[in-house]
Amino acid sequence: MSHEHEQATEHLHVHRYPPRPDQDDTLTYYRAMEVAVRELLIEKGVFTAVDVRRQVEDMDGRNSGRGAQMVARAWLDPAYKQRMLADGSKAAEEIGLEVGPLKLVVVENTPSVHNVIVCTLCSCYPRMLLGLPPDWYKSRNYRSRVVREPRAVLAEFGTVIPDETQIRVHDSTADMRYLVTPMRPEGTENWSEAELARLITRDTMIGVALADRA
Amino acid sequence: MTDPNSPRSHHDMGGLPAGAIEPTEHDYALWEKRVDALMVLLSSKDRRLVTVDELRRNIESLGPDAYDKMAYYERWICAITQTLIQRGVISVDELGRKIKAIQDREEQRD
Amino acid sequence: MTDVVAPQFHVGDRVTVRAAYPIGHVRTPYYVRGKHGIIERLCGAYPNPEELAYARPGLPKQPLYRVRFLQRELWANYAGQPADVVEVEIYQHWLEAQEQA
Repeated sequence: MSHEHEQATEHLHVHRYPPRPDQDDTLTYYRAMEVAVRELLIEKGVFTAVDVRRQVEDMDGRNSGRGAQMVARAWLDPAYKQRMLADGSKAAEEIGLEVGPLKLVVVENTPSVHNVIVCTLCSCYPRMLLGLPPDWYKSRNYRSRVVREPRAVLAEFGTVIPDETQIRVHDSTADMRYLVTPMRPEGTENWSEAELARLITRDTMIGVALADRA
Repeated sequence: MTDPNSPRSHHDMGGLPAGAIEPTEHDYALWEKRVDALMVLLSSKDRRLVTVDELRRNIESLGPDAYDKMAYYERWICAITQTLIQRGVISVDELGRKIKAIQDREEQRD
Repeated sequence: MTDVVAPQFHVGDRVTVRAAYPIGHVRTPYYVRGKHGIIERLCGAYPNPEELAYARPGLPKQPLYRVRFLQRELWANYAGQPADVVEVEIYQHWLEAQEQA
């Protein structure tokens, strides 16, 4: 069972489903449109079939590991952390991670501030560092409620933020993409960067979960 | 909520009452990954045939029903296609013929 | 003629989001229109997405600000803590200096 799943089962069962049965087998109207547009564009020389395959593979290869790498580095190196908080894009590039055309802003969780990210208008997400967003992040219910009742939403994820901690909700409406740096759990002194990175799950970098040692 | 003199667009949902968040995720199907790939390729610096702004605006224009009844990447492929038609990259005629050819091809396979 | 509009606001300025409701592609969320906030930072200047959405260049670039709003000022009966905030990126042409009460 994956670590993320372990963390979640205590509070919320994270359901992971295979693609819907009609997804890859049935040629729905929209699937036909995708094939049509892709073939037309290939015929017109806009791109090649290889370009498409490579891009699919590239996105497939992205999971939250890149984001975790940045956060683990920041936990170990306070000077890097300051650079990351000042300019997230530059800090990512410093360790060989590309962020694409958009600007990365990294926000830090502390005992006084807890950050959580949403895009109420659509589904903006730091894809280059975390891969494709989960369905719930793009859902009506998350987008509607997390700006208005963040503490209740976080509690649904099993994350309770103390009253003394300020919650900051970041609604990414423009070209900035946000990544949360969770707090480093106690008892991880002397852990290596790789061991630390394993504690930094996607949900901790969106801000709906806290990193823990378990 | 919304008053008729200050209408709220259906996609602009921050703050509206809504239900429990179901923590579902699904493994993306190949066709969905291809739609995503189309967008990345078309919006790249060296092509700039679709911008994310046009994608969003065309998704918003699908209307509230389509917004709620269509899957995420179904909305994307419609919006990408609309943008390409708006920009004159593909024509409605060639799109219609090509979709039909693909559907015919599929039928022959069965 | 310059390609960039000069920034009008500074960090810490109190601003009001205009209560306007045009159709078209708008990136200022409904829930902050007519509300008061504080400039948290200037994010830079970018082409206007309202124009980019129609394949127009969106120039001159507009200053974009991160604006911080107190949750208790956004929602009646906010159920969280008084210090809780929402931060939203808003383009300059949607902001006005808040009139001092």
